[in-house]
Amino acid sequence: MFEALTLQLGYNAVLVTLGSTALGVAAGAVGAFLYLRKRALVSDAISHATLPGLALAFLVMVGFGGDGRFLPGLMLGSALSAWAGLYAVSWITRKTRLPEDAAIGAVLSVFFGFGIVLLTVIQTMQSGRQAGLEGFLLGSTAGMLRSDALVIAAGGAIVLGATILLRRPMLMTAFDEGYAQVQGLNTARIDMALMVLVLAVTVVGLKIVGLILIVAMLIIPAVAARFWTENASRVAQLAALFGGMSGYIGAALSATAPDLPTGPIIVLVSFTLFALSLLLAPSRGVLASALRHRQLQHEVHLRQGLLALAHGQPVYESLTQRMLRSRGLMRADGVPTDKGRNAAAQALLDENRWQALRRIETLSSLAVRDDGLTRIGDVLTPDQVKLLDARLSPQGAA
Amino acid sequence: MGYEFVALSLPPIVIGMLAAMACALPGNFLLLRRQSLIGDAISHVVLPGIVVAFLITGVISTIPMMFGAAAAALVAVVLIEAIRRLGKVEPGAAMGVVFTAMFAGGVLLLEQSDTSGVHLDVEHALYGNLESLIWLDAVGWSSLADPAALSGLPPELLRMALALLVVAGLTWLFWRPLKLSTFDEGFARSVGLPTGLIGLGIVVMAALAAVAAFDAVGSIIVIAMFICPPAAARLMTNRLESQIGWSMVFACLSAIIGYVLAGYGPMWIGAAASVSAAGMIATVSGLILAITALFAPHRRA
Repeated sequence: MFEALTLQLGYNAVLVTLGSTALGVAAGAVGAFLYLRKRALVSDAISHATLPGLALAFLVMVGFGGDGRFLPGLMLGSALSAWAGLYAVSWITRKTRLPEDAAIGAVLSVFFGFGIVLLTVIQTMQSGRQAGLEGFLLGSTAGMLRSDALVIAAGGAIVLGATILLRRPMLMTAFDEGYAQVQGLNTARIDMALMVLVLAVTVVGLKIVGLILIVAMLIIPAVAARFWTENASRVAQLAALFGGMSGYIGAALSATAPDLPTGPIIVLVSFTLFALSLLLAPSRGVLASALRHRQLQHEVHLRQGLLALAHGQPVYESLTQRMLRSRGLMRADGVPTDKGRNAAAQALLDENRWQALRRIETLSSLAVRDDGLTRIGDVLTPDQVKLLDARLSPQGAA
Repeated sequence: MGYEFVALSLPPIVIGMLAAMACALPGNFLLLRRQSLIGDAISHVVLPGIVVAFLITGVISTIPMMFGAAAAALVAVVLIEAIRRLGKVEPGAAMGVVFTAMFAGGVLLLEQSDTSGVHLDVEHALYGNLESLIWLDAVGWSSLADPAALSGLPPELLRMALALLVVAGLTWLFWRPLKLSTFDEGFARSVGLPTGLIGLGIVVMAALAAVAAFDAVGSIIVIAMFICPPAAARLMTNRLESQIGWSMVFACLSAIIGYVLAGYGPMWIGAAASVSAAGMIATVSGLILAITALFAPHRRA
């Protein structure tokens, strides 16, 4: 394991690890923009649409007497058919009344189905039996060539560079399309550029992760990163980091044993990062919001308990009883302590002031801030509070 | 010709038609509710389901695999909802996270377990096995009236027919609430319909069709039939009743033309072997959608 993570596991393993790290970083960064643009699943159509092009490229290369497995040739073919798939999705969405998700589903299933037809054609050919094109469905890193790894790493680097160059216009488009247009950006062209980047990541990743799972490398790191920050460019950086980590750890892990396929392991590592983010992230994480919920619940119970004490009513609810006692506000027999009486009077005064505020025209708009917890002193100036108290006193006397 | 056709081609064509209709029927509602990709997600998570079922029981048999697939579909739906609500993640992305991770888990389990002796692999889950569903007892068209020969029909035929019957029965039984909550969820809620439950019911119905169909015809046909025939039908008409009718016609046409092209098409152009029927059926459904997108009367909004 240690040898794998420190790249000491042999030439092929190092190639695969470096290649998938580069791919992970690029996919994470591009995926972040795709996710912010709320078009994550378009990548599913793009990736499935690569299959017919892959098969056709193989057929063409064999037809010209070459080696059908030449990776750049296969990548070119898959890019062309993915482009056709992307065009079909946008044509259906623009020209018919079908929604985008139906267009995505139709394109991915039809292109994939046609690709399978072509694969069965290839299997019947003499040279097709050992083609191993099925390896592109789920990725296959066994016997990856040095030139393949170089192509993948270079592709990842180019995509990453283009993403960094285009980050500002892509962010603006993702955030506020209208504003971006007012600023003179051609948002349609920027969306197109984003799709080209997604397409490039898909094509580069075919060999390692395979076309069914490449979507995961685009979507999962971005969703995970979104939990940690509200800042969009920080999301992109974090997603690139998560993607790179998944690629690196996943490829290294899969090199430690023969029956750990690279693509699925990378996806599962990145899903683990996602699950940790979902649970642990500050502010947006499940744990943090559970704690916040508990805190709020306590405050509400305490407040209600104090108001009950102020009205001389008994407190029956057990959590409220415990809280009042543990804070020394109420004795075990249910009678408030002196400290409890003071706090209760404060709570009641606050409540009455809120009531009074609703009756004053100039202040009543502030009543929306009354959530039963906010102290009125946090909303009003001392002078305004005095004004309220002046209204309260005659009623208090009566 | 008669013997060969009845024994080798008729059962796969009928099974393909039944599977196509069983998937296209709930697909109509998914399409109108903008949930088409649920079918895509379900058919991916079927793989870990059948692998786990195989690991538990140690045999490849239909009933445990169907249970495994159904359980996996349920787990996926629950996980997607949980991530969507707990993490405030948009539905598409939540779906992408869940189905890719579960599919990856399925592939990993498959590689880890010893399945060399049995017929269980990713390709099988993707393309199904339509061509192998032959009827050995048939001697010709007369076998259709022979009870002894009929009992030798591939079991997938009966299973798919049953699945279609259940899906059609449920649709017929809950027609009004289904229609109301699909077209106007707010109104349906205001007249007291449990819209959340109805939405879940549609997803469960889709899962049922997908799980019953994947074993016979594979995931590709399932995804294509969930989406393409209903989408093409949507461009033909504005009425839900006729949309469903058209989608059934398109589903059957895809299955028949696709199978015939895959089985006999290569022969016509002089090639020896046939090509994948599942892939060809999906391709034909796409061609039908393309034709309707270009010429159908209601193709624009």
